[in-house]
Amino acid sequence: MIKRLVCIECPQSCILSVDIENCKIKTITGEKCPKGKAYAIAETENPVRILTATVLSEGLGLKIVPVRTDKPIPKKELFRAMEEIRRLRIKRPVKAGDVVADNFLGLGAKLVATREALDIKGR
Amino acid sequence: MNKYDVVIIGGGVVGTAIARELSRYHLAIALLEKETELAFGVSKSNSGIIHPGTQHTPGSLKGKLCVQGNALTKKLARELYIDFKEVGELIVAFNEEELMRLLQLKKDGQALGVPGLKMVDRSWLRKHEPNLSDKAFAALYAPTAGIISPYRWVYDFAENAKANGVEIHTETKVEKILPAQPRFEITTSKGEFSSRYIVNASGLHADDVSRMVGVADFKITPRKGQEFLLDKKREHITNHLLFPLPSKASKGILVTRTSDGNPMIGPTAEDVDDKEDLSTTEAGLDKVLEGAKKLVPSIDGNDIIAYFAGLRPVAGDDFLIRHEDRVSGFVNVAGIQSPGLTAAPAIALMVAEILKRRGLELKRKLIFHKHRKPERHLFAIPLDDAKRLIKKDANYGDIVCRCEMVSAKEVRDAIARGARTMDGIKFRTRAQAGRCHGSFCTTRLMKILSEETKTPLVGVTKRCKGSEIVKKDRTSGQ
Amino acid sequence: MVNRELVVVGGGPAGMAAAISARENGVKDILLLERDQYLGGLLNQCVHTGFGIDYFKEILTGPEYADRFIKKIKPLSGIEISLRSFVVRLAKDRTLTYLKPGGIHTVNAKALIMATGCREKTREMVHIPGTRPAGVFSAGLAQKLINIEGLLPGKEVVIIGSGDIGLIMARRFTLEGAKVKAIIEIQERSRGLLRNMVQCVEDFDIPVYFNHKVLKICGADRVEKVIVAKAGEDLKETPGTSFEIACDTVLLSVGLIPENELIEMAGVAIDKATNSPISKEVNVTSIPGIFVCGNSYKVYDYVDSVTVDSELAGKLAAEYIKKAR
Repeated sequence: MIKRLVCIECPQSCILSVDIENCKIKTITGEKCPKGKAYAIAETENPVRILTATVLSEGLGLKIVPVRTDKPIPKKELFRAMEEIRRLRIKRPVKAGDVVADNFLGLGAKLVATREALDIKGR
Repeated sequence: MNKYDVVIIGGGVVGTAIARELSRYHLAIALLEKETELAFGVSKSNSGIIHPGTQHTPGSLKGKLCVQGNALTKKLARELYIDFKEVGELIVAFNEEELMRLLQLKKDGQALGVPGLKMVDRSWLRKHEPNLSDKAFAALYAPTAGIISPYRWVYDFAENAKANGVEIHTETKVEKILPAQPRFEITTSKGEFSSRYIVNASGLHADDVSRMVGVADFKITPRKGQEFLLDKKREHITNHLLFPLPSKASKGILVTRTSDGNPMIGPTAEDVDDKEDLSTTEAGLDKVLEGAKKLVPSIDGNDIIAYFAGLRPVAGDDFLIRHEDRVSGFVNVAGIQSPGLTAAPAIALMVAEILKRRGLELKRKLIFHKHRKPERHLFAIPLDDAKRLIKKDANYGDIVCRCEMVSAKEVRDAIARGARTMDGIKFRTRAQAGRCHGSFCTTRLMKILSEETKTPLVGVTKRCKGSEIVKKDRTSGQ
Repeated sequence: MVNRELVVVGGGPAGMAAAISARENGVKDILLLERDQYLGGLLNQCVHTGFGIDYFKEILTGPEYADRFIKKIKPLSGIEISLRSFVVRLAKDRTLTYLKPGGIHTVNAKALIMATGCREKTREMVHIPGTRPAGVFSAGLAQKLINIEGLLPGKEVVIIGSGDIGLIMARRFTLEGAKVKAIIEIQERSRGLLRNMVQCVEDFDIPVYFNHKVLKICGADRVEKVIVAKAGEDLKETPGTSFEIACDTVLLSVGLIPENELIEMAGVAIDKATNSPISKEVNVTSIPGIFVCGNSYKVYDYVDSVTVDSELAGKLAAEYIKKAR
């Protein structure tokens, strides 16, 4: 069975054709780079997404800090991840790239701040 | 229960003008308004035109009070520090037949006492109104037409009335009136009021309130008018207010200006059933564009940056201002559609006179604060004055609304003067009324309103309970 | 009045790139005016990924992209960054007046780079009839409310316009627990990136109605529903196809307009249809020494293009200043 996918790795949005037989991938066509092939495999077997959201802070100049997962996490975990994100609080100053939660939800990805948030005094 | 000499029902331009007028005298006065803020009923959708008094039948209350009101408005605008621009109006004729009607209008106007009327011809029009259609044949020029901000007019009357002792009660809806002698017992959503006299200036609901005392011989028919505002960039598209010849139902589709600078086209005139139907329609837009283009062909749909609808409270052809002899002490001020804004100060005098004849003693106060402390708007003053303001108070330099250049200080002032809602701030300061319609300033305005009124962010409303801007606040768990 | 060599208006990605580029091309006296209290412009509220794929060959979020330039611009000598600085007036001779809490300042620039970005088209500009209840937002305002203020604008959302901003917000609302009931698009296909259709719409089973338009927004104090109908090729309603969607929020993602009122004030020639400056060459305007870059020059799809465009403007401004010395 041929399944058609749109690759989301970059704005080119290549249309991939994945030939699946007995739940196993036979061939992949349509990709213009190796990321496309990897995406087709992941999307068929275990779709993953980078999650971006915001976390509340305490005692910082920025009351809401944007965050992201450093690696994509399983698509089916997105809402559970959002619940956890709603529980988190960032209590110390962070720079863009600082880890907010290590091994986030045990999914092997880190939750990372994407914007600098200094304390109330600007440190 | 508080006892009053006069309770005014309705906080629009008529109610507040009456309140201000009566506040000259030693009287205990309360004004009751059912909405969250004043002017939120009929007055906020007013086009802001101060009419000269043309287009009314001699002998009509509308005609008489309009001419009187026009002169009074000019005088009061100076006392109450509101921007009033006397721009003049042109009623335009496109053919011989219309010219005949114009001449009749001129006669009627002169009989009513409208000053300065004169006929102007094609070459005058070409010189003084270059964007007017060249199919225009002639026009009747009335120099005393002007423009004013209708809701700021309401706030100014109210502020001055309050400074002179009038109690203003908002979110106070009248539910029942008992004409018990010697005082009326008024039951409202916020408690009981007892009063010797009642002035019913409640706009669209004047018939409902009148019915509460058993006077049900008139009906208010809402007549919708849709108006469309053009970008301020087209501010100088006309020099005068442009009118076509009037029809029975309305003055027609006009090309006018608002006091804030945006040209405005409209209004339509459609009778509706629902006193809350403020929807604009595609058909309305088409009609207005058609009418506007007839006067100014270069007007384009793309110039339109905002639109809204208002409802005229129509009770027959003329104003209905009378003491109800069957219910002693009750004065109806109903059916105040156009030229109601213009006539308001004259209506106030007339109502004072009616009350006096019915036994209300009008004893002048020794101290009457006839002036109001003006607010400062950065967008309305020259840059050097703005410099001085900012030096005095740094918060004037903290710009919240970039389209209309409104500072945080002005927003806080507006709240101090009575704004409780996002619309209230908009009407007082113009923040959110510019070309981006609040996309830039909404968050900041919400925060200032929340701070100043000690309301949580989820409680900040557009104009009343039920119109909250946001549903949830993560930072407060609400 | 103060004289500066170069003034850059706007501290978003365009302004920062232009200022850095001018500095690298030899301009040593630069004043950058930003109206907010932070640099970064709109990127601060674009918490999603999709930035920097071309320019940095990395997949970055908006704030991360901005952060790269903030880190680069801050230590540069010769660039003065003035925050909370709001330009209110611009004259033909490149004299600017700006407001800052506590004062009004006037400055004359040898060269001027305008990097003022865009604003969104509003409901009024696309003439959607109906009432004026609370609950109607431009997509950008909704994004700011959610991502900067932590406020949820509504719980049941209908999005008008399937451009990237609309699609991104469809996902954002869904992740925050709201229900996006529909995306209404008047054209036959999405105006946004295909990848956004996948990761913002299909991922969450959000219904999209192509070739449809919103006829009316209904609701007294708060949005209660929208009336939707099929739209023909002439973009007019196909009679007999209307239906209702109950909702409490309407999001408009119907287009961007370059923010050029300041240069218009100065007399720069502006194309009335697009609100962009009319120019013979990229970034140049009809007034010598006044340059425009980024979204206020032309609405770009990717911030990476904004950066490249703004770097060019910085270089042009540097050359102009050199010639004028």
